[in-house]
Amino acid sequence: MADASYPDDLLYHPEHDWARIDGDGLATFGITWFAQDALGEVVFIDPPKVGTTIAAGEAYAEVESVKAVSDVVAPMSGEVVAVNAALGDGPEAINDDPYGDGWLVQVRLSDPSERDGLLDVAAYTALLD
Amino acid sequence: MVPFAGWEMPVQYDGVGAEHEAVRTTAGVFDVSHMGEIETSGPQALDLLQRLLSNDVAQIPVGGAQYSVLCREDGGVLDDLFTYRLGADRFLTITNAANHERDVDWFRRWAPEFDATVEDVADRYAMLAVQGPRAREIVQAASDRPLPARMTVGERTVAGVRMLVCGTGYTGEDGVELLLPPADAGRVWDDIVRRGAKPAGLAARDTLRLEACFHLYGNDLSEDRGPIEAGLGWACKEDTGFIGADAVRGARVNGAGSERLVPFKITGGGIARQGNPVVGGGVVTSGTHSPSLGIGVGLAYVPSERAEPGTSFEIDVRGKLRPAVVTTKPLYVKDSNGKDSDG
Repeated sequence: MADASYPDDLLYHPEHDWARIDGDGLATFGITWFAQDALGEVVFIDPPKVGTTIAAGEAYAEVESVKAVSDVVAPMSGEVVAVNAALGDGPEAINDDPYGDGWLVQVRLSDPSERDGLLDVAAYTALLD
Repeated sequence: MVPFAGWEMPVQYDGVGAEHEAVRTTAGVFDVSHMGEIETSGPQALDLLQRLLSNDVAQIPVGGAQYSVLCREDGGVLDDLFTYRLGADRFLTITNAANHERDVDWFRRWAPEFDATVEDVADRYAMLAVQGPRAREIVQAASDRPLPARMTVGERTVAGVRMLVCGTGYTGEDGVELLLPPADAGRVWDDIVRRGAKPAGLAARDTLRLEACFHLYGNDLSEDRGPIEAGLGWACKEDTGFIGADAVRGARVNGAGSERLVPFKITGGGIARQGNPVVGGGVVTSGTHSPSLGIGVGLAYVPSERAEPGTSFEIDVRGKLRPAVVTTKPLYVKDSNGKDSDG
């Protein structure tokens, strides 16, 4: 497993999710290093389908580790335009690279101003202490 | 570390996947010192155990081992146990930690009818399980004499410590279990790890035992279920007259309640967990992701008429219906290449 890290170019939701604003009204979501560490080895993802509308603060996917299952909460609202299909055969990418190969979905944001309600890296990591 | 039955339990060291893999391919060592021990001795020790334990205790040769269940009069299962015959009149029974005190009380309740002594010797033994294709080789290299064969027990000196070495385990792999003085357990552990066994925790122990379809008391066995329902009829010899034999015989002849414990595989992705309902009746009692098979597996009680291998059913996993299929035991079978070749 990778060492603890929290990139400073991401926005964070207190439920241990991250969002990367990609531009053109798109954003990519995933779970944080803290979340994957708490879960342990991820063995299964139940992702939403492309086209699903997801709402900030609500669960949009399930991540299962050997020991537990966890809902993944959407940091922002929108329509899913892509899911990381590689996680189907390689869910361990969430552990190995939670901010890169371990991304979960890309979303067309319905309210880009929701970003103002998210945490920056300092605020999020303060939450973990 | 998590607390369990008064013990601090090592759930994982390096990660359940790596530990599981080590036991399937080389060797792992588990600290299972939470397991309890009861020694039964005296001229009628055999008769007392024949009364208490479901299997035919008289069939255990000196130096042999046997699996059985401990039943109430109504056939409800109090515990499942391994018993080692250390001498003609001396037996050591291994209990589950959470049941140990109840088991000791149960043994003592029936002992006065026999010329036998029941001793709670849990404090006398630590227990290390060394399991995997290389487990015997690793322990053998530290032992003064050849190790006892599968399902037998003997005294050996391993890493300089006098102990009981048992050819048993809970992983579906070859290996041994070591019963030794607690004060020496740390250095024997270190010696075995140095010789190449990977420290393995209870999370891996659970995925390994589930792939092998070994029952876990509290999950797959309880006072509310009998051994026939649980698929443990093979460990019950009613003719010995053990406590609960009449109930077990009745269940065997008339059909034990309406459900049977079966192994299953999830066929469409996902993982069922303990407590998830089976659609149409029944419940998952153990469920996890199988590291060896890469899919969700488990044990579930299902209606008897749907317990045949190959039968499809659905499990309600938090409101989502997951398709599954009843399989044969064990869930994981190793072939000569070391790959799974499950049926």
